[in-house]
Amino acid sequence: MSLATTQSVAEIKARNKQLIDEVLKVYPEKTAKRRAKHLNVHEAGKSDCGVKSNLKSIPGVMTIRGCAYAGSKGVVWGPIKDMIHISHGPVGCGQYSWAARRNYYIGTTGIDTFVTMQFTSDFQEKDIVFGGDKKLAKIIDEIQELFPLNHGITIQSECPIGLIGDDIEAVSKVKSKEYDGKTIVPVRCEGFRGVSQSLGHHIANDAVRDWIFDKVNPEAKPAFESTPYDVAIIGDYNIGGDAWSSRILLEEMGLRVIAQWSGDGSLAELEATPKAKLNVLHCYRSMNYISRHMEEKFGIPWCEYNFFGPSKIAESLRKIASFFDDKIKEGAERVIAKYQPLMDAVIAKYRPRLEGKTVILFVGGLRPRHVIGAYEDLGMEVVGTGYEFGHNDDYQRTAQHYVKDGTLIYDDVTGYEFERFVEKIQPDLVGSGIKEKYVFQKMGVPFRQMHSWDYSGPYHGYDGFAIFARDMDMAINSPIWKKTKAPWKDAPRPSLMAAE
Amino acid sequence: MTQNAEHVLDHFELFRGPEYQQMLANKKTLFENPHDPAEVERIREWAKTPEYREKNFAREALTVNPAKACQPLGAVFVAVGFEGTLPFVHGSQGCVAYYRSHLSRHFKEPSSCVSSSMTEDAAVFGGLNNMIDGLANTYNMYKPKMIAVSTTCMAEVIGDDLNAFIKTAKEKGSVPAEYDVPFAHTPAFVGSHVTGYDNALKGILEHFWDGKAGTAPKLERKENGKINFIGGFDGYTVGNIREIKRIFELMGIEYTILADNSDVFDTPTDGEFRMYDGGTTLEDAANAIHAKATISMQQYCTEKTLPFIENHGHEVAAFNHPVGVSATDDFLMTLSRISGKPIAKALEQERGRLVDAMADSSAHIHGKKFAIYGDPDLCYGLASFLLELGAEPTHVLSTNGSKAWAEKMEALFASSPFGKNCHAYPGKDLWHMRSLLFTEPVDFLIGNTYGKYLERDTGTPLIRIGFPVFDRHHHHRYPVWGYQGGMNVLVKILDKIFDEIDKNTNVPAKTDYSFDIIR
Repeated sequence: MSLATTQSVAEIKARNKQLIDEVLKVYPEKTAKRRAKHLNVHEAGKSDCGVKSNLKSIPGVMTIRGCAYAGSKGVVWGPIKDMIHISHGPVGCGQYSWAARRNYYIGTTGIDTFVTMQFTSDFQEKDIVFGGDKKLAKIIDEIQELFPLNHGITIQSECPIGLIGDDIEAVSKVKSKEYDGKTIVPVRCEGFRGVSQSLGHHIANDAVRDWIFDKVNPEAKPAFESTPYDVAIIGDYNIGGDAWSSRILLEEMGLRVIAQWSGDGSLAELEATPKAKLNVLHCYRSMNYISRHMEEKFGIPWCEYNFFGPSKIAESLRKIASFFDDKIKEGAERVIAKYQPLMDAVIAKYRPRLEGKTVILFVGGLRPRHVIGAYEDLGMEVVGTGYEFGHNDDYQRTAQHYVKDGTLIYDDVTGYEFERFVEKIQPDLVGSGIKEKYVFQKMGVPFRQMHSWDYSGPYHGYDGFAIFARDMDMAINSPIWKKTKAPWKDAPRPSLMAAE
Repeated sequence: MTQNAEHVLDHFELFRGPEYQQMLANKKTLFENPHDPAEVERIREWAKTPEYREKNFAREALTVNPAKACQPLGAVFVAVGFEGTLPFVHGSQGCVAYYRSHLSRHFKEPSSCVSSSMTEDAAVFGGLNNMIDGLANTYNMYKPKMIAVSTTCMAEVIGDDLNAFIKTAKEKGSVPAEYDVPFAHTPAFVGSHVTGYDNALKGILEHFWDGKAGTAPKLERKENGKINFIGGFDGYTVGNIREIKRIFELMGIEYTILADNSDVFDTPTDGEFRMYDGGTTLEDAANAIHAKATISMQQYCTEKTLPFIENHGHEVAAFNHPVGVSATDDFLMTLSRISGKPIAKALEQERGRLVDAMADSSAHIHGKKFAIYGDPDLCYGLASFLLELGAEPTHVLSTNGSKAWAEKMEALFASSPFGKNCHAYPGKDLWHMRSLLFTEPVDFLIGNTYGKYLERDTGTPLIRIGFPVFDRHHHHRYPVWGYQGGMNVLVKILDKIFDEIDKNTNVPAKTDYSFDIIR
């Protein structure tokens, strides 16, 4: 059993406050002052988590964050499957992000779809000195020749592009004209812009607005007949098939999904989205911008939802249905009822094995809050959480709808802080990314990657919850964690003994 | 409903159910604006043709699926090979997240590294303040014995001067004046990760040997008879360096492994996270100047470092990722010659065992055609081993290989009757390789994880040897150097060959007459 279950909320709060004070001691004074604003213990009833966010990471502290390029190419644009995304600049950015994010899609890769490929301009010194615009123009020609079925091209800027003054917009316009109005999207997502991936999401959203929406011919013949039940899934990247196990539920309740953003998405779906009657938004952080734009420009309402765990799924299906007529509302009830036996069976099997287990999270996007309900469905408790690149509106949502009194909150956590927190709190599970996974496993703490689902998934929807529950169980209850100490060494730490 | 609580279906089964298949089909026809399937098929076939290959090879600007990464990755790889050293990459922070992820995905190990987190203001005013604050924070938080600085392309484009910045940071008290902060400029738009390895290692040796950036007297070399060893950028560093240590010890040679990251990329799970483990001590790094000779296992990873060392009076010798009998013979004979120690009996026996194994199995490899891609030295080492086995390394491709490398490869081919129809492809990528595999098919492909796409598209079975290998676990723990390493490579190749023969002979009543129990 974990510590948390044997302590009162007051004790936990005191311990967490003391923990924060302890970690701050390691920093030089100036850094300690800055970091203090990002760490807090949640007080029930407060409208946010009481931390500053979306500020620059501090040099040298080992932030977990990435960059704007990662937010645009890696997150928003990369999964659009029938377009070719050029990592424009030196070779590394495209190489390290090549196929690493598990954005599932259906297509003949290299012929009509291109997600798991790495297209790069592989900048050399001469491109830095003389500029890369001519090279870019030539690259577009070569793409057209060798990959004739591509539906469009995006140019994902790496750091040097903005520094050497290349005019990728001009190249895009010229080439688009040359290829009969072909969609060519320049994206100014240089890695030094902003403070994290987050600005890259925003820039990528704006690029959709400016270079896709604004170029769609409103007179063009519709590709399909609209129905009153047309919706678009916004902010699901189809990690391990998440968007598919979500889409099936929306369709089963009687809605028609006309677009997926952007997992398994296509240019045609992006272009058709303004025809949706409702945008359903999963990852608020990365795609609220385009949702707000569509609301303002096309009058399309949007609705946040959460498809992790049966409680939140049912709540979300009803919330989505509330935008439609009785047919859909009944559909939502039908879907919830249909999957109830599966959910009962999953919970009956796994909850007894997971009841009372504690979890510490540190992830990006929506997950620091969205997965809490799924853990609670399994009887588990999230005792600490934080956002890699969240903003204040994320922390508001977290405080108002998700976390419990006394939860430890850490924004843009540093490697040092995270390690100390886990060491002192001794949770039963840590959920974070690949850079963190092995650190905690070495410490003997069960871990699941909550970006890539540790190569499992989907975790969204009812079908996904069964996998989620199975995975958490196999992480926590793996027999290997009993073997981390050699039997001839001392028994487990005294702190754990006391808790038991 | 397809999902089941008792037997939970994973993604690879779940979506094959009829409900999902219908849903995906509808999505495609109604909303994706798909191309006519006949047209997709036509282009797919066209992309296999010599005509397509010609266009593909005529590319001048576009790179598709390259087999190389950028310099700072190599710099980080070097830095963690020194005792208690934290790599510090000056520039944008996203890069560091990428290096750490990349190394962790290959080694299944933590990868510690910090960034100076430069953003727009630093792009305008330079990153001096980031260096000052960054060094102070890193020093206080992670208590490293040394901080090894390299750069991202952002810092290089704006022209930040590491030497001056580190000096200023020390003056401002970020770290003590005598604290070791070696550095290397590692622009991503020059060379590849192997260049970064070279620059970073040279930077560290220069720091210790040549007066710590003007703050200490240069070291005077007093030869001590030891041999320095440099592994180069190597996905098998854990297994290889341990094997090399064993060989040195068997021969009784005193040695220093430079940038020894074999422990930090293989720490135990015993309740403690070791941010630092093992590594070349800083004392040994300094004293390495006194060695008699320095051996580099990878010529193209040490093109600047080795001449630098030679200029300090060492005898130097470079190999090309030696794999197999003759390459290992050369390596050991060089060791023996330099050290004056005979080649150990135990190694002689291991040699005999490798030859024995090759003789036992050569019938299955002889005459088989292989395509190889990877870093230039690895390609050379594997190709020479295949030639020893009577196989033909038909296509050898290295995205970060130079013209000089290609000439060296051609000379290797010319040295063997089995190299007659073999060619080297410098500076090409895996999309070029795809055309090669379609137009001049081979029996097997050797490369890293990304080769699985080539295996899928062309049907050429992939033998995973290289970096990175993300989708098979723990192979980095086994050496590919030394006779034992050669044995590992041999077995890896044979396993794939036998698996393929079995796969091609297992249809009951059709092909399974050849489904032999003894091979």
